[in-house]
Amino acid sequence: MSVLDRQMSATAKIFPHPRDAWYVAAWDHEVTAKAPLARTIADRPLALYRTQDGRPVALADACWHRLAPLSMGTLVGDDEVQCPYHGLRYNSSGRCTAMPAQETVNPSASVPSFPVVEKHRYVWVWVGDPTKADPDLVPDMHQMDSPDWAGDGLTIHADCNYQLVLDNLMDLTHEEFVHSSSIGQAELSEAEFSTTHDGSTVTVSRWMRDIDAPPFWLKNMRDKFPGFTGKVDRWQIIHFEAPSTICIDVGVAKAGTGAPEGDRSQGVNGYVMNTITPDRDRSCHYFWAFMRNYRLDSQLITTQLRDGVHGVFAEDEVMLTAQQKAIDENPDYEFYSLNVDAGGMWVRRILDRMLVAEGRLDPGDVSVTNHAAAPADRPRVTTGA
Amino acid sequence: MVADNRPVWQPAEVVESRMVTDQVRRVTLRRPGTRRAQPGSHVDVRVDLGARTDVRSYSVVEASADGSQVTVSVMLAPRSRGGSRFMHGLREGDVVECTQPLQNFDLRLGAPRHLLVAGGIGVTALAAMAETLRTTGRDYTLVYVGRSRAAMAYLDELEQAHGDRLRVHVDDQGHPLDVAALVDEVAGSSTARATELYVCGPIRLMDAVRRAWAGAGLPVHNLRFETFGNSGWFDAEDFVVRVPRLGLETTVGADTTILEALTEAGAEMMFDCRKGECGLCQVDVRDVDGSLDHRDVFFSARQHEAGDQLCTCVSRVACGDGRTGVLTLDLP
Repeated sequence: MSVLDRQMSATAKIFPHPRDAWYVAAWDHEVTAKAPLARTIADRPLALYRTQDGRPVALADACWHRLAPLSMGTLVGDDEVQCPYHGLRYNSSGRCTAMPAQETVNPSASVPSFPVVEKHRYVWVWVGDPTKADPDLVPDMHQMDSPDWAGDGLTIHADCNYQLVLDNLMDLTHEEFVHSSSIGQAELSEAEFSTTHDGSTVTVSRWMRDIDAPPFWLKNMRDKFPGFTGKVDRWQIIHFEAPSTICIDVGVAKAGTGAPEGDRSQGVNGYVMNTITPDRDRSCHYFWAFMRNYRLDSQLITTQLRDGVHGVFAEDEVMLTAQQKAIDENPDYEFYSLNVDAGGMWVRRILDRMLVAEGRLDPGDVSVTNHAAAPADRPRVTTGA
Repeated sequence: MVADNRPVWQPAEVVESRMVTDQVRRVTLRRPGTRRAQPGSHVDVRVDLGARTDVRSYSVVEASADGSQVTVSVMLAPRSRGGSRFMHGLREGDVVECTQPLQNFDLRLGAPRHLLVAGGIGVTALAAMAETLRTTGRDYTLVYVGRSRAAMAYLDELEQAHGDRLRVHVDDQGHPLDVAALVDEVAGSSTARATELYVCGPIRLMDAVRRAWAGAGLPVHNLRFETFGNSGWFDAEDFVVRVPRLGLETTVGADTTILEALTEAGAEMMFDCRKGECGLCQVDVRDVDGSLDHRDVFFSARQHEAGDQLCTCVSRVACGDGRTGVLTLDLP
């Protein structure tokens, strides 16, 4: 067995997810002190709500007694939820505070209460080892609530394994084929790209110089530079942060005005904020937003961009759902990789290491997740052109 | 959580066995596992009592990060029913049957302040909690009570690790713990309603804390304790149980329970938790000759005092003077 055979390059088709990580459970406005919200995060059904003083809470969505869903219950008192079935009550740390027909409360009665952090307009939950739930590990999505940026987003409930969305976002050559009417153009697959990575991040950069702006970007340029015509330099700089947050620095500037060298003053800049939360193994919550750093006061542009990107991402959703279906209907076919998959493959490598660290993937059992049987068939991992 | 709490029995190798005080032996077991035992968890061990085997629960004092090793510490009980004697006989290389770490005493990290109160060997349940609170930077205090410094396991290590966060009370040094003052301190603090107190130790300590906590009007669910239903006001002794309606009379041995003895004698009994928590095994008491030693946490103090009912899984009768107690029950 060579060193390369021991090296993981898992091309698992249904990718497991790390548990020791912060995942977005909901937009801040979805979690209320009025009624619990039911949502499955990384295979854990949760009841999400706020205490009367506004603190978000994530309890297991199953009563200790007979596992009735607490999300169907009612919020009572300062921080409690009451089971809809027999009225057992739990406080925000999951301790049972009341049981029917007895003078005491069983000291063992509790439901798991998961660590929660509210940050970047999202409610984040940690479903793994709570002693590792350091709030400083929440991925950087500061553009979401920075005064230098404006924008909004939505959630897609995608019927596919979360890793398929990561693959989608780490390689944007698909825009040429999936999004031909908005952001796609032939230069995407013609342009060179570079990939860098460290222990928990991957960056894929691509510059397209002196090209025509596709419709989406022409509109944005004209929002900032009314009546703009001419060629642009376009960039896509994809920032992945483990386990599943991808913030993409995107934009165009008037061609030859120095954007690739750092002067973006003659252009428009957006950040496509994406964070993907596994739901079950074949479904995920895809939280996205489009933020911009120009015309910050225009609610019209915020709404136009949100609706425009919503239309673009609907095209992705169709593809991802169809891809998951084809994967499931062809269980005996494997994945193979292309040069353009470098970013996505580095993401898998990072996720593999997280899974091994959690004891959920045995490094000696790579063949279990890596369907490539013979070394000759093993996909190559490259760092791109 | 619950699914992880279904015991899975597997052989485990003893990889460390040494005395840490005159009476406390530290035993490290290696068994398959991938997740670190959570603070507050215990393992069940099958102990060989000679004529038969039985199961004892021991808190996990320390666990390796890779989940493969757990350390327990066992005090040689002066009136051992055999479990601690068996554990003290273990040596490196021996193999015992044990479960994966089981969790009935979970530490929640959300509280603004944690107070841990350990009495004697009860420190084994709280040491790992204190360590987790320390490494995650929480606000906590560990109170450790013992008869003498020499008898207090891990005292040096805890002093080193926790510094000012450890308060030590040693009876023979003349500063025993004032439970009421400790609980008053909680009640008078700005985080009174959210402070969690975790207590593990002899029943007198547990009872004193429970009474003080209730007396101070603090939220009952913030007082955390683990009960195996095996700690009573009296040492366990043999007594006779009668069920006139079924024409049954049998002896409940010191090492068994009313529930087991009556089931053995042919009565059909209902039960679930077997540690005095759920109340499913409750029956009516018709008469007691001796003292009722309830040992359950299902009934309230008022109900214990009334003595009309008991939990057959843990409650006992004792005389403490050599006579044999007699309990008369009505079964549903």
